[in-house]
Amino acid sequence: MKFLENIVKKIKPNFEEGGKFNKYLSLYDTLETFLFTPDHTTKSGSHIRDAIDLKRTMMMVIIALTPCLLFGIWNVGHFHYLANGMEADMMTKFLFGAGRVLPMIIVSYAVGLGVEMIFAFKLKHGLHEGYLVSGILIPLIMPPDIPLWILAVAVAFAVLIGKEIFGGTGMNILNIALLARAFVFFAYPTKIAGEIWISDLGEKTVDGLTGATALGDLASTVGRGIDTPQVQAVMTKFGDGLYSMSNSFYGVIPGSIGETSAVAILIGAAILLITGIASWRVMVSFFVGGFAMSSIFNAAGLNAFMTLPPLHQLMLGGFMFGMVFMATDPVTSAQTNKGKWIYGFLAGFFGIMFRVFNPAYPEGIMLSILFMNIMAPTIDHYVVQGNISKRLKRLKTV
Amino acid sequence: MSKNIRIKKGKNIKLVGSPDQSTSDARFSEYHIIKPTDFIGLIPKMELKEGAHVKAGTTLFHDKLNDKIKFVSPVSGVLEEIQRGAKRKIIGVKVKADKEISYESTSGLDVNSLSREQLIEAMMSAGLWPLIRKRPFSTVADPFEMPRDIYVPCFDTAPLAPSMSYLVKGNEKAFQAGLDVLTKLTNGKVYLGVQAGDGTFNAFSGIEKLTVSGPHPAGNVGVQIHHHKPINQGESIWYTYVQEVLTIGKYAIAGQYDASRVIVLAGAGVDKPRYFNTLQGATVSALTNGELKDGNYRIISGNVLTGTKVYPDDAIGFYDSQISVIPEGDNLKFFLTQGWLSPGFGKFSMSRAYPSFLTPNKTYNLDTNLNGESRGFVMTGEMEKVFPFDIYPMFLIKAIMAGDIEKMEQLGIYEVDAEDFALPEVVCTSKINIQEVVKQGLEDLRIELM
Repeated sequence: MKFLENIVKKIKPNFEEGGKFNKYLSLYDTLETFLFTPDHTTKSGSHIRDAIDLKRTMMMVIIALTPCLLFGIWNVGHFHYLANGMEADMMTKFLFGAGRVLPMIIVSYAVGLGVEMIFAFKLKHGLHEGYLVSGILIPLIMPPDIPLWILAVAVAFAVLIGKEIFGGTGMNILNIALLARAFVFFAYPTKIAGEIWISDLGEKTVDGLTGATALGDLASTVGRGIDTPQVQAVMTKFGDGLYSMSNSFYGVIPGSIGETSAVAILIGAAILLITGIASWRVMVSFFVGGFAMSSIFNAAGLNAFMTLPPLHQLMLGGFMFGMVFMATDPVTSAQTNKGKWIYGFLAGFFGIMFRVFNPAYPEGIMLSILFMNIMAPTIDHYVVQGNISKRLKRLKTV
Repeated sequence: MSKNIRIKKGKNIKLVGSPDQSTSDARFSEYHIIKPTDFIGLIPKMELKEGAHVKAGTTLFHDKLNDKIKFVSPVSGVLEEIQRGAKRKIIGVKVKADKEISYESTSGLDVNSLSREQLIEAMMSAGLWPLIRKRPFSTVADPFEMPRDIYVPCFDTAPLAPSMSYLVKGNEKAFQAGLDVLTKLTNGKVYLGVQAGDGTFNAFSGIEKLTVSGPHPAGNVGVQIHHHKPINQGESIWYTYVQEVLTIGKYAIAGQYDASRVIVLAGAGVDKPRYFNTLQGATVSALTNGELKDGNYRIISGNVLTGTKVYPDDAIGFYDSQISVIPEGDNLKFFLTQGWLSPGFGKFSMSRAYPSFLTPNKTYNLDTNLNGESRGFVMTGEMEKVFPFDIYPMFLIKAIMAGDIEKMEQLGIYEVDAEDFALPEVVCTSKINIQEVVKQGLEDLRIELM
């Protein structure tokens, strides 16, 4: 790689102070630091530093997301051909899905990095890595047929209002990816809810494939008696039908692109936990919180939605994806270890509660995580306050 | 009676070039430099002019805020130069050394007959006082204060650090004499922080032993105090290290300021890493000349976590007992082969994103590369793994950055020093210079309280 290094060193002076391309320094810096870990040495404090940096951290998350992405691409194709009653092999399905998903990823990165680049130019620094992960997370939590311009607007909104006005990577209060989704959810509700979850749904030829998600179907049962025929029709899908436990676990159900397969998500979770990038405390407590709430509902059994077995409940919708990739975002989650337990538990707990209690929003995980993002500093405040009072108490007893 | 302290959080970073337990005499150091900047917050006032003849133990300058606290010459010779920095601040006092040292002589310190005040008076005028420092702030101890206790850490867990028990062997009498002096200085107790399994310090009397086990920073005095009896706001703890105790002890016995120091020269850039006999304030070159390998190395006075970058003509730090030499890392690293996306075998990381967690006892040859770029705080929970205090490090750092003095006090800044944040700084994904931040916070607070 010596020749690349020589090129980099040769063109560098042009971008530095006084060089003729000085105004493109941010762009140059971004590319150089991508290709090479820079030659910066320690100036103060510890003379040696850990090999970890933000680029590698973010790349680990992207690697962890890959199974979800690949499965999601296949799943988009799978349901397209299934719903339209066509036979197709795996490759065809995958290619169809890729035709849907890749443009979304390209738009997401182009718009998101574009906005970040404007701020990098303004503040004269290289691109920060935060959006590398958000850029792939956002398409994964969208329906396959979302118009690309809506995606672009949502990304621009989330990066600009969610992050850059707070000061950039590490300074945001709300999870960027979820904020983008929430934006679409409230600004263009018809594009992200209802019977839109199967790509290019033509004539419905296969029974039961309405283009809704499992949770959308369940939400339609609320307010009707458990014994009514409509509700029974929905509930049979959960036995051995489309939304069976095994289908939900493997992910062969309609939904947002990356959220359906618990298996793919768990592979990602394993990568994040082995590398220690994501907090196991948040994941465990999130799961426990969700399980607790769905067990309570299951025991109460007041409507068809509640009668769903707890584990099955957790395999649906965005619960698993939110648990592994959204709630664990270190910037927006609680920062103290004790706080993480509380934060994760409540996010899981409320997620299931919102989902079941509010049929207007068939999925509650997004809103519960965003809500807990806002509550996280308060949780930390009380945890830290505990430490402060312990210190004060010690002072008094001396 | 001894108390056991077990430190669980932390990390021993093993570097290549650890010292053999053998001692050579260092080269004769033509100059000795005492740097006022080694003493936090000190404003020096010169007592001598350039050209004056001094003996070992002759006062060079004193503390402007307390003219009884004297700083003395480690050797006899001629005061050659008062080195000044910006705004004519004194940054070094350079003494050209005689071949044969002659000493200022007194009758020593008779601990039994002197009162505490007389003892302090005698120590100050002998130039022994700067050897004792205080927490919080790590400044030279305030002689008007009564410290709650005095701590003497008797082992160093930093990378490539000297073995304190090796330094004490053969000097037991002086060490005991030094401890006797310290016991007289406090109404509380003198605690020796001894590494579990080290029997060298069993023989000493008049003190209490704290048996400490665990990884770095178990040897840091702040960690030992925190796990024994944490400092409360308004309290003062004094501390000093083994070599300083020896100097005090030798003075107590013989009445001469014996500035002998044993300094470890170690690290990847050293041919034969070992111990050297020299004197306080000696130039770095007295140790390093002819001992270093060819190549681009950084010389550090102190350990690689908290030390200062020096050049051969600089003096060894006043309180330092090691010189570390490690490769400079000022080269680009291609992202797939050596950089951020490489497999990373042979790279040290506390994060499991590199495979180094599979080989916890590996010895590393680490350079000074930052291994990334500076960012805002993103990751959480990583500092806590190497920070054995009941303190929230990230919140404390943010309070300091925000200049919120009340918050700093509440979050426990009095219990820490910059050196305790060395490992959090090493592991920080965002490459923030945390020690600098903590130093600034302590400095702001110290000035606020003056």
